[in-house]
Amino acid sequence: MTGEPPTHPQATSRRPRSAARDIERYGALFAERTKVMKSSAMRDLMALTERDDVISLAGGLPDTSTFPADSYASLMSTVAANSCARALQYSPTEGLSAVKRCIAEVMRAEDMHADEDEILVTTGGQQVIDLVCKTLLDPGDVVVCEAPTYPGAVPTFCAYQADVVQVTMDRDGMRTDELESTLDELERDGRTPKFIYTVPNFHNPAGVTMSLERRHEVVRIASERELLVLEDNPYGLLRYEGSPLPTLRSLDEEFIIYASTFSKILSPGVRLGWTCAPAPVLAKMNLGKQASDLCSSSISQYFVSAYFESGPWENYVRSLIEIYRRRRDVMLDALAEDFPREAEWTHPEGGLFIWATLPDYIDTTDLLARALEDHVAFVPGRAAFVDGRGGSSMRLNFSGVDEDLIREGIRRIGEVVREQVELYGTLTGTGPATRPAVRRDPVRVEARPGAHDATHEATHAPTHEPANILPLRRKRA
Amino acid sequence: MRIAVLKGGRSLERQVSLKSGARVEDALERLGHHVVAIDVGADLVDQLIAERPELAFVALHGRDGEDGTVQELLEVMGIPHTGSGVSACIRAADKVLAKHAMRDAAIPTPDFHAFSETAFRELGAAQALPAVEDRLQFPIVVKPAGQGSALGIKFARTPADVPSALVAAFSYDRKVLLERYVAGRDLAVSIIDEHGTPRALPIVEAVPEQEDFYDFESRYEIGRTRFVCPAELDEPIAARAASVALDVYALLGCSGFARVDLMLEAESDELYVLEADAIPGLTETSLLPQAADAAGIGFDELIGRIVAAAAPGVTVA
Repeated sequence: MTGEPPTHPQATSRRPRSAARDIERYGALFAERTKVMKSSAMRDLMALTERDDVISLAGGLPDTSTFPADSYASLMSTVAANSCARALQYSPTEGLSAVKRCIAEVMRAEDMHADEDEILVTTGGQQVIDLVCKTLLDPGDVVVCEAPTYPGAVPTFCAYQADVVQVTMDRDGMRTDELESTLDELERDGRTPKFIYTVPNFHNPAGVTMSLERRHEVVRIASERELLVLEDNPYGLLRYEGSPLPTLRSLDEEFIIYASTFSKILSPGVRLGWTCAPAPVLAKMNLGKQASDLCSSSISQYFVSAYFESGPWENYVRSLIEIYRRRRDVMLDALAEDFPREAEWTHPEGGLFIWATLPDYIDTTDLLARALEDHVAFVPGRAAFVDGRGGSSMRLNFSGVDEDLIREGIRRIGEVVREQVELYGTLTGTGPATRPAVRRDPVRVEARPGAHDATHEATHAPTHEPANILPLRRKRA
Repeated sequence: MRIAVLKGGRSLERQVSLKSGARVEDALERLGHHVVAIDVGADLVDQLIAERPELAFVALHGRDGEDGTVQELLEVMGIPHTGSGVSACIRAADKVLAKHAMRDAAIPTPDFHAFSETAFRELGAAQALPAVEDRLQFPIVVKPAGQGSALGIKFARTPADVPSALVAAFSYDRKVLLERYVAGRDLAVSIIDEHGTPRALPIVEAVPEQEDFYDFESRYEIGRTRFVCPAELDEPIAARAASVALDVYALLGCSGFARVDLMLEAESDELYVLEADAIPGLTETSLLPQAADAAGIGFDELIGRIVAAAAPGVTVA
């Protein structure tokens, strides 16, 4: 039993099929960037959340079942009747003018102005993140983002071998004081981030919204230091309470790369998003897009433009807001009812997500395994960090399933959390009620909000008291 | 031959099983068998009745598939199946049972203590934790008794780490074990039956690429571990590892194929058996196919041999 493999008559003819040889052969071909992948165990767990018998609060899905099937049929007929050949054809890389006009209209709804030549139509908002990385990043370049950050951005940053530095959030969004100190620290090391990535409205996954003061701060910092900011705003129009805040782009266009999408206001299935960026950056992104996919789907673009011509697009958004607001409220009520007192969660004014944080002795990846036994799922917080933080947090989505399922889902999660809190109390002899909650996760906004109003007020109250700060751990992604 | 490949299921290792199953199906087809793929669920028995396979290739991992549940059903239905039988599956899937059996048979396994959740909830077992910690000494590895993958395995460095590690492990099973950590080299010995006699294949060593992992699981992440086969071991140690693994295989009553995981302690050069896996992974990156390949046994032939071991009348391809 040493290294010498015994010979076998069929060895030679079989070897081309062999697993080890394949691994070796392909392993040598894989680019460095493919090596930075998420844990396979975590991926396997997440795959289970898609089972039919699981109440999934894990997805980030808008509820497309509310879109009338007959409207869809009639829009597609319009596309067939008026633009069949063109819809089936390639279209310009930057997107059809007709769609850019729709985009300009949507941006106007958030008090922004964009000319057609400032807009690049993309394949979903996700492609903007990819194109920005493709355009700006060399391996090892620094990207600054929030902690937690959009879990879907993490693999993109990693694929471009970015050195991701996460800045803590509190109820007012990204901590700009920490942002500045982080930038100073980087500067001392002779490093300048290529861009800052932020989701100012109804953050995914944190569920918080950047305050006006912080928005001004971010824009000031970007301008003073001549840093680009990628402002990702997929949810801005899905506001359920409070007044809209200006986008970063509307405060200062110079250093802002703005990204948004039709996914949350119409359909993620059309795979259409867009970006507005400083002209030289936009030109490079256009080249990048050409290389990636030539153009976004012409069929989708004609569909969207037919949709905007068919009537006021805001009506559907308003109907979604009504539905999602109710679902959010149901989830907040259920959390107050069913989660143990040791838990905390954010109170989102819009968007699709609530971020809940449990005592630090509960690992939400393990908790998910337990929850799946009870046929319920969420996203473990670690997915939103590059450095192993977020272990006791979870992202809960309230847009994808109906109110009854939200109640039942939260009840089931609450039960397994309670079970673990009790077990921990038994193990430590402290009992769940007496042990002070010690936490390590950065975003915790409200502990046990008994009533929405109180929470709401607390969330809105301008406060400069920072949430818990963690020493930043640096890790090459 | 009409062979049903049982894959998927509801265990946490469903994805790995689907990959194993798909590869097995391809191999069986190339070997000229008629393959029926079954994603194991509530209609398993109905499907088996409808399909009437001559043999079931069990490519399931984890709960139901690896713990004897599916094997029991197949045996009741009179359908021969690949791999170990019910009792061996039960013994191997439960790390606590397996370790007790090893200890009783004087096969070296790291010291351990196992507790059920009720021991803590109802019998005050928490009071006994200091004694357990004293005996095992830190660091201590805490694992669920019945979870096959790295999920739920925690590394406790101090007494303060133990309660949360236990909570994590209890997420996967009602029974967990605390085990002495053996610092050293991570070895896997794959075994296949050759004409009724188990044979140890070249040893695979898992070599961590970096040591700055923040939890135990990270060691198993892609890019953080490199697999070397055959492991670079001195001949006597390799022979000893193979021999110990074969002893475990026999002790648990495994058949067809299995994998035995061991640690070679750096300090003492002693071998310790961690666990046996009755249905090891059969994916492109799994250890058993790598080991077979190092022995000159291609994947199709490996699958052919596993089938032959289960249905002796079938010719090895």
